[in-house]
Amino acid sequence: MDKTINITLKIWRQKNPKTKGNFETYPLKNISIESSFLEMLDILNEQLIHEGKEPVVFDHDCREGICGMCSLYVNGHPHGPDEDVTTCQLHMRKFKDGATITVEPWRSAGFPVIRDLMVDRTAFDKIIQAGGYVSVNTGGVPDANSIPISKINADEAMDSASCIGCGACVAACKNASAMLFVSAKVSQLALLPQGRIEAAHRAKAMVAKMDELGFGNCTNTGACEAECPKNISISNIARLNREFLTAKIKD
Amino acid sequence: MWLLQSSIGKKLIMSISGLFLLVFLLLHMSVNFVSIISGEAYNEACHFMGTNIFVQIMVPVLAAGFVIHIIYACVLTLQNQKARGSDKYASSSKTKVPWASKNMFVLGIIVLGFLGMHLMHFWTKMQLSEWLGEEQALGYTLVSALFKNPLYAVLYLVWIWALWFHLTHGFWSAFQTIGLNNGKWIPRLKVIAYIYATVIAVGFTIIPIFFWLVPGK
Ligand code: HEM
Ligand code: SF4
Ligand code: FES
Repeated sequence: MDKTINITLKIWRQKNPKTKGNFETYPLKNISIESSFLEMLDILNEQLIHEGKEPVVFDHDCREGICGMCSLYVNGHPHGPDEDVTTCQLHMRKFKDGATITVEPWRSAGFPVIRDLMVDRTAFDKIIQAGGYVSVNTGGVPDANSIPISKINADEAMDSASCIGCGACVAACKNASAMLFVSAKVSQLALLPQGRIEAAHRAKAMVAKMDELGFGNCTNTGACEAECPKNISISNIARLNREFLTAKIKD
Repeated sequence: MWLLQSSIGKKLIMSISGLFLLVFLLLHMSVNFVSIISGEAYNEACHFMGTNIFVQIMVPVLAAGFVIHIIYACVLTLQNQKARGSDKYASSSKTKVPWASKNMFVLGIIVLGFLGMHLMHFWTKMQLSEWLGEEQALGYTLVSALFKNPLYAVLYLVWIWALWFHLTHGFWSAFQTIGLNNGKWIPRLKVIAYIYATVIAVGFTIIPIFFWLVPGK
């Protein structure tokens, strides 16, 4: 038998974007420490359904840390207390027997709550639509070395491209700034020749959209980097600042 | 206008005005230091500051630098609070970030509070009276008298250390904002920030301690 723990959950319940929400407390017994955080929530929902209550709504999809759908602000950390993982990859062994676990939705003006723990992150899609692409089809994988790219740039572009758009950076930031996300999306293209051509326009358009949607101004606290499940570096933010400022000054 | 409207534009204003203030602080500390070395030389330096043409031009520029920095500090802080949304987190954030980076506004206000007092005590009696053609109080006498007052000396120390915190974050943050940073330089600039802040703070701290410890001065 796996080791099991008993926990108390304090979960944010909110019917819809308009009504005021509140915390509900749910005791949960015999949770295997091998289960993931989302499996634990599944068990809770099962229990609620049996009791004839409404299950807790939360976002999830792949449950293997690659899609960026899961969220949750757990005990003061976006994606919970574990390092460099998404909530779906968080396990119950990170919690002690008898622990009270507070679970809240991402909070920021840019991510309004839809219901319970689910927030509306279409703001990120809108930022991508504003310029996070290349306008021409660049074809399949090119022959090796037909377009020379330095190892440094290739590595950095790959690192930036690992952003899954989960929004933990916004959730963690005291200014609700989306700079880490936007800078990763600008960097992954700006570092490669295919994306370089539209780099100036992209930086301007994406920053303008980000500002318009009500995200805050970055004050370089580094909370985003500390909580990002994909370890996106704030050096991307310096690059975005550089791209944006040079583009504006050239105009 | 992008400079005034975009988030990065506003941050650029913050950064440039902040960098300008950093240079000013270094100059100011150097002049203060003279007071320890020689009272006479210090009085002469004060006289120079009250009369030299270039310095006179820079005074309004400096004042403008402060005003711009403070206005944008308020604008950005208010916008950021709004962006955080009306529903706050119930659990307090456990994310590890340097304390100073979260408290730049409060630290700035402490710096500002002292600045007012400071202008009243020194600037009006030194540079302003030089401009008005009144007899200028001797900088050296003024300084040594004020620092003998323990309340003033303690307030002065509080201010210096608030400034220290402000600078440890502000220094590297300013470079990050203008984009002069990368993976290699982030840790380096943070170290330089600590060195700069400490040089400034220790430099300003030695002065009151000196006037306390050396009774004849
Ligand atoms: C000698 C005095 C001062 C110096 C040398 C100084 C320097 C700096 C520097 C270099 C920055 C970083 C800018 C950036 O991140 O791009 C900064 C940020 C900041 N300063 Fe000051 N500052 C001073 C006084 C003040 C005062 C009086 C306030 C008044 C409220 C203030 C409020 C702020 C705030 C809120 C920030 C963070 C803003 C942001 O990052 O968006 N500072 N300061
Ligand atoms: S930068 Fe990190 S925290 Fe922000 S959206 Fe991308 S993966 Fe999530
Ligand atoms: S559910 Fe896909 S990353 Fe967590």
